Amino acid sequence: MTTEDLKAFEDKIYAFVGREVCPPTPAKDAVNGAMIRQWAEVIGDTNPAYTDDTWAATSSRGQTIAPPAMMYVWGQEGFAVTTGRAPDAQSELVNLFNEHGYSGVLGTNVKQEYFKETSPGDTVVMAMTIDNISERKTTGRGPGYFFETLATFTNQHGEKIGTQRFKVLKFIPQEQPAAAASEETLQVPTRIASPRGHDNKWWWEACDAGKVLIQRCKNCQTLRHPPRPMCGECQSMEWDSIESTLEGEILSHTQIHHPKIPGYQYPLICAVIKLAEGTNFMANVVGCEPSDVHIGMKVKGVVEQVDEKTMLPQFYPA
Amino acid sequence: MSDYKTLTCADVSIGDKLPPLDIDITTGLVVCGALATRDFEPVHHNKAAAVATGLPDVFMNILTSQGLMTRFATDWSGPEAVVKSLDLRLGAPNVPGMVMTMTGEVTAIDSDNSTVDIAVVGENNIWGMHMQGSVQLALPQEA
Ligand SMILES: [Zn+2]
Repeated sequence: MTTEDLKAFEDKIYAFVGREVCPPTPAKDAVNGAMIRQWAEVIGDTNPAYTDDTWAATSSRGQTIAPPAMMYVWGQEGFAVTTGRAPDAQSELVNLFNEHGYSGVLGTNVKQEYFKETSPGDTVVMAMTIDNISERKTTGRGPGYFFETLATFTNQHGEKIGTQRFKVLKFIPQEQPAAAASEETLQVPTRIASPRGHDNKWWWEACDAGKVLIQRCKNCQTLRHPPRPMCGECQSMEWDSIESTLEGEILSHTQIHHPKIPGYQYPLICAVIKLAEGTNFMANVVGCEPSDVHIGMKVKGVVEQVDEKTMLPQFYPA
Repeated sequence: MSDYKTLTCADVSIGDKLPPLDIDITTGLVVCGALATRDFEPVHHNKAAAVATGLPDVFMNILTSQGLMTRFATDWSGPEAVVKSLDLRLGAPNVPGMVMTMTGEVTAIDSDNSTVDIAVVGENNIWGMHMQGSVQLALPQEA
């Protein structure tokens, strides 16, 4: 797309800012107990403010209320959307994006503010506009634009009960990586596989067999970990190994909070452990509260299967 | 009957953790959640329509996620709390077979207005963050 073409396209999309998607429209049904009960059952929400008339009568509100998160529900179009939505400014904008290659769509943010609760008998009136459209952005999904709709909710008395801002990314889809998405069944993720090269494959293979080995120089008997080809003391490349007893003491530790990586169990404690043999070892500490882990703590390791594909030594309080 | 307790600001400290909540994502929850929120978009009840968008199965609609987020907050606070706002960033879809774990923590307390802000994360065990955001509750003034 040339600069002029891009400018012409952007002029067209930015003309949508401020346009009405729907005028103030009363919901087809008033707020009612039947729809509230159905919602509460499915969401598993046992809040008596929603469904228990007896409790609600004695509460500070004096009556049941609709769950605030139902605010947008009352004005939903209904079953007709299974065969497509009626054209409006939003669908026109979406079509314009689609025609120019921005066919990807992703809801990214939704923010609701609530000013006044509603109760059975109230009518929710919703109006919506296209509030803003971002500059062209480079995103992880591909280049695109964020547009945001602003819905305003009032009741039958014209009192403002809430607002909703909904942000959508329209983007040019990139070449899809072979996504887990296309798999027939969901695979429970496993830990990142250990990198097995010429110099350390033997160590991981022993781990798979339930043993933690420590490399030993054949010339000067110095132990070393992690595995590497040459002795740091005497530069000999001749080596063998001994099996660790996995008795140790924590030298240092940290808790990994973010980002949480699928396949790992949280809370996740990583520690540097001084093994009884003298070498240091990095591993997870399990079997206790994170707050119990401390420097100097005595630990004992066990090689365990931590997921479908992974054997790892984990350390427990000794 | 009315042995429901609702927290006040005096009961709450910044850093307080909400009890974690595991939600089994089932086809029933996805489909019935969509219907209970009058969201008849085919991707939420028709597997073929969802597969056509590149996902393995029907996926949870945003209104159900919003409902779970407010439920998580008011399960903790008690029923006299008033939800003031709900701000969500949306992540990976929730698809049947997953388990979503919700965790939350008090991040701000405004005693003058008797409000608390709670940061909430809903993570599923397959793809990670499904939703992340905040809920603001107004708690009853102390008696
Ligand atoms: Zn040596």
